[in-house]
Amino acid sequence: MDFPLLAVLAATLTIATPLVWAALGAILNERTGIMNLGIEGTMYAGAFVGFLTAAYTDSALLGIAAAIVAGLVAGLLMAVLTVTLGVNQHVAGIGTTLLLVAASDFTNRLLFSGGSQTVTAKFDRWFPGTGVFAQYPMTYVAFLILAPALWWVLRSSGFGLRLRAVGENPEAADAAGIPVASTRYAALMFGGAFMAIGGAFLTLSLLGSFTLDIVSGRGWICIALVIFGRWRVWPVVAGALLFGFADALQLQLAISPMFSAVPNELLIAFPYIVVIAALAIWGRGVRYPGSYLTPYRRA
Amino acid sequence: MMSSRRSRTSSRSLARLLGAASLATVLAFAVTGCGGTTGNEPAAVPNASGGPSAAADVPFVFGAFATPLEEPWDGAVHAALQSAADDGLIKYQHVDNLSTADEMERALRDIIASEKPDVIFGDAFAAEDAVRAVAKDFPDTKFAFGSGGAEQAPNLSVFDNWLQDPAYLAGMLAGGLTTSNTIGVVAAMPIPEVNRIVNGFIEGVTETNPSATVTVSFINSFFDPATAKQAAEAAIAGGADVLFAERDGVIAAASEHKLPAFGMMVDQQGQAPDYVVTSLLWNMRPTVDQVVAEVTGGKFTASNLGKYSYMVNGGSSIAPINTGTAFPIPSDLLKKVQAKHDEITSGAFATPINEEAPAGSTTVGK
Repeated sequence: MDFPLLAVLAATLTIATPLVWAALGAILNERTGIMNLGIEGTMYAGAFVGFLTAAYTDSALLGIAAAIVAGLVAGLLMAVLTVTLGVNQHVAGIGTTLLLVAASDFTNRLLFSGGSQTVTAKFDRWFPGTGVFAQYPMTYVAFLILAPALWWVLRSSGFGLRLRAVGENPEAADAAGIPVASTRYAALMFGGAFMAIGGAFLTLSLLGSFTLDIVSGRGWICIALVIFGRWRVWPVVAGALLFGFADALQLQLAISPMFSAVPNELLIAFPYIVVIAALAIWGRGVRYPGSYLTPYRRA
Repeated sequence: MMSSRRSRTSSRSLARLLGAASLATVLAFAVTGCGGTTGNEPAAVPNASGGPSAAADVPFVFGAFATPLEEPWDGAVHAALQSAADDGLIKYQHVDNLSTADEMERALRDIIASEKPDVIFGDAFAAEDAVRAVAKDFPDTKFAFGSGGAEQAPNLSVFDNWLQDPAYLAGMLAGGLTTSNTIGVVAAMPIPEVNRIVNGFIEGVTETNPSATVTVSFINSFFDPATAKQAAEAAIAGGADVLFAERDGVIAAASEHKLPAFGMMVDQQGQAPDYVVTSLLWNMRPTVDQVVAEVTGGKFTASNLGKYSYMVNGGSSIAPINTGTAFPIPSDLLKKVQAKHDEITSGAFATPINEEAPAGSTTVGK
């Protein structure tokens, strides 16, 4: 049997999609100087709220809309903690993740009391049967709309300029009349919405169902991707594609007769080894945004 | 200048920072607690449903589960205990999500001290040493735990999900349904409990289709349906046209590609009514009934309860075969499966138990 390379490429795009959504959301956060470790929880909340809404309304579009609202609220929570209260960003982020995961699981149990929830209204693939192009709508949006738009916004728009100014030097931005706090609020909330869409991709496109631990660490991978891509849009997209390709490749190799003697653990570790190696090579001596991890107060 | 301002800023807001940070974490942990470890709210249900509230002489059973009950393995144990409680055979309470050995040990000691149950059911896979140590310290409490190890005298019995017989029957169906002669299995990880099910399935394929290839993907997680689905996509790309979903996520791929699939642990026909042929089912009720009988009769001994999960003892089965599938199931295949089913339940045939890790790609005849 020939090696199904096209199928691996198609899977690469699918696997990379939630990572692109969430990691681009994280770029938006971090370029204002806020590290958001709430990313895993925000994806989880997006996955759950999106599923829940779709289950009750029978509409995947309303599910996505609800996931966006959940992401905005999660971003707002992070903003209150890290911008208004100036809390340690590691603690605020991990706390947000714990809170959102637990709140989703708790609600899931109250409403469904156990088991894996069944298929609801979900998005179907566009162009089925066309190999690489048979992808879910959110994949097309991620690569053809979100990434170019965010690249342009950060590079050329007034909002992007203000956002980067706040991230590099909030004192100077403040002196220039840029509202530091509201810029960070906006960045955290929009970023949260993107992360939530990344989570909702899993429930509303890929699976059409919700199970516990559905995000399974994809949020943490995004944190590494953002550093790997040095807070720039296209390198982060490339990093997500690299991880997606490595994962798709190992899934395919694991069942091909040639590799079936290779220890399974080795193949499963392969994508992570690729990311760690890439980080070790390109992630050295990175320059963090100037106000990274620092709350801003007028002295 | 900037750094001095920064340090002033941070010292000024230190108190506020600590306050808010601890508030956030406390909040988070509080909700974690609610989501995970209470377990008391569903436990009140059997009483409410009119079961054993007045029955003071039935054994008091406590469930102590390492995973959330949403996980199908512990979910199956819980369902059996719940049904025994609904039948008035036991008084039942439970706690779940005791995910570390340390949590499990603390919870067990706590439960014994405060609730004084007659029997504790649970799963010891992630906490073998802890569970065995507690059992040793409390010889008057009976323990029945899911475990890969042996029983421990005098008070710890072990059980496990022995689903190799239903796996064999599903494999027979899969071998008869494939037209590409390739069948894809997506499973959690190569551990004995999983391997013997996958190997039983492959044995079944061999009986109906001795030239088929079976690919086996392990996703190295019990909970990652998105990866399980990608593994299923890879199997389909590799030529598979029938899928065995040892894990969640695979049926989504089967229904997108309109392929036959086999479910696991609970009847998953509802997830894709046109494509799920049948599911492997684990029925813990015979195990529970056996333990309850031993305890009420005052003759509980540490034993391996594994055989009560065997198909021949009603501990496992396959769900009724779907008659409304989008593809035809040949009637002579159904007859063969029925005949094998009868051989198994009469004790004439038992699926060989093979706990070796299956290869990523096996041509069954070789």
